[in-house]
Amino acid sequence: MADVIKKATRDSYGDALVEVSELYPDMVVLDADLAAATKTGTFKKACPDRFIDCGIAEANMMGVAAGIASTGRKVFASSFAMFAAGRAYEIVRNSIGYPHLNVKIGATHAGISVGEDGATHQCNEDIALMRTIPGMTVINPADDVEARAAVKAALEIDGPVYLRFGRLAVPVINDNADYKFELGKGITLKDGKDVTIVATGLMVYMAVEAAEMLKAEGIDARVINIHTIKPLDKELICKAAQETGCIVTAEEHSVIGGLGAAVAEAVTECCPVPVVKLGVNDEFGHSGPAVDLLKEYGLTAENIAAMAKKAVSLKK
Amino acid sequence: MDATIRKQLERTACKVRMGVIEGTFNAKSGHPGGSLSISDLLTYLYFAKMHVDPKNPKMQSRDRLVLSKGHTAPALYSVLAQRGFFDEAELKSLRHIGALLQGHPDMKHIPGVDMSTGSLGQGISAACGMALSGKLASDSYKVYAILGDGEIEEGQVWEAAMFAAHYQLDNLVAIVDNNGLQIDGKITDVMSPMPIDKKFEAFGWYVITMDAHDFDDIERAFNEAENISGKPVAIIQKSTKGKGVSFMENQVGWHGKAPNADEYKQAMDELQAALDSIKD
Repeated sequence: MADVIKKATRDSYGDALVEVSELYPDMVVLDADLAAATKTGTFKKACPDRFIDCGIAEANMMGVAAGIASTGRKVFASSFAMFAAGRAYEIVRNSIGYPHLNVKIGATHAGISVGEDGATHQCNEDIALMRTIPGMTVINPADDVEARAAVKAALEIDGPVYLRFGRLAVPVINDNADYKFELGKGITLKDGKDVTIVATGLMVYMAVEAAEMLKAEGIDARVINIHTIKPLDKELICKAAQETGCIVTAEEHSVIGGLGAAVAEAVTECCPVPVVKLGVNDEFGHSGPAVDLLKEYGLTAENIAAMAKKAVSLKK
Repeated sequence: MDATIRKQLERTACKVRMGVIEGTFNAKSGHPGGSLSISDLLTYLYFAKMHVDPKNPKMQSRDRLVLSKGHTAPALYSVLAQRGFFDEAELKSLRHIGALLQGHPDMKHIPGVDMSTGSLGQGISAACGMALSGKLASDSYKVYAILGDGEIEEGQVWEAAMFAAHYQLDNLVAIVDNNGLQIDGKITDVMSPMPIDKKFEAFGWYVITMDAHDFDDIERAFNEAENISGKPVAIIQKSTKGKGVSFMENQVGWHGKAPNADEYKQAMDELQAALDSIKD
């Protein structure tokens, strides 16, 4: 992997905001004193007149974003996932979600790969929180290419969107000419017939690696990248359930309420097959280098492969 | 204020209050007390102050009103009906299944409602966003936000207060309905937000105090607010909860309770008598 390009999706977020700034001249970006970390600082540098710092007040920021959106202006509101989805949850629900306002929430530092800051800043619950809000679109991009495409796609739809970005630099895997981001559509990265690995965010590149490991053991794994967790591509997932007979999900999020839960919910209704969920178990994170934490919490290609074998063994 | 205009506003305010009673009586729930304390304010804003067009409720250049104390929606709905945004008959189905008028303001469906509110402390932030967006576009519209004196116990209000002053939102006027009562009792007993004026001043706002039930004083306050530049304006309106219905006035029990049939009749009779007493 030495020559693989790595980039954190938060950097992609900052870059994408600048990329779209001319196309949407009325767009404003809000942050809550974290511009340097969320990378909205990149936009601030390029478009200082359209950057609004709300200070350390995420609840108010979300309400301000709602008010701005109500006037017809496009707006991004940014903070760490913990504060955007966690602290400001009820404002996001009532001031943005209920009136279905056109606010894009750019949440960075999601998951345990926040690293050294530890449990208070490692949000493993944001997908669960955001996907319960009616009408909220939830996107968790896998790499730089997908993150930038997601920002553009979010701007093209009318309504609230939660975009989840990471702090840790991750391999760029979608830099191929035929890559296409379609909101609400999963991407089959590798076909297979024995088991389907459904992954999101930084677990996607690991899922591809896991499929290679399984291949060496004679297991033919399908790999699906789900960047849009809501609305979920149920058709693609149910088809995979039918054709491969079992599923393993992989996400850097709690196993409660996230991608795994969403996939299980879909599969139980269309084609009940074993669904093994890999994610952060019902526990908090702690401090440490991101890469070490991912290993400690079992968020590795090796563990995806192990879980895939478990899923295969559960098949009737 | 011109006497004819004042009398017209007083008459309209009586009708707005009757709508509050009509709505909450038919809903068998709702919040009459705090609705009656802001009825004069809303009447003044929608009939003498705000640039709005009932035929074009989403008009971009309109002045906007955010009822941050969203539970007093009956007063907002009643004034919007009087102003012609929708049929007055809608008030009778307030809070009913399938009705237009939700328990709390719903901007998606109700003509004239500029922001969905109800969870206290949130509306003022949205009002800040509207005001900021207007400033960025050099639009000339004004934004009015109405808060309860109990509502300002919410921390988010003070985040918004800081924001409005920091961005010099002089196109924003927040009116605090100081009726002195909240669900659990007197605001000074439950969790005192006093002194309200000094707090807003300390947060960088220009503060005006007014009598909430005197149209001359209301006009004086808003005229003063009009001339302030460089900072947001907070108008602390000294009001009477339940104003206009004798048995509801200053009674904490009427915060969130609907009148029964006898109470409904008495309230409507009193308001009708008040309306009839306003002679040209």
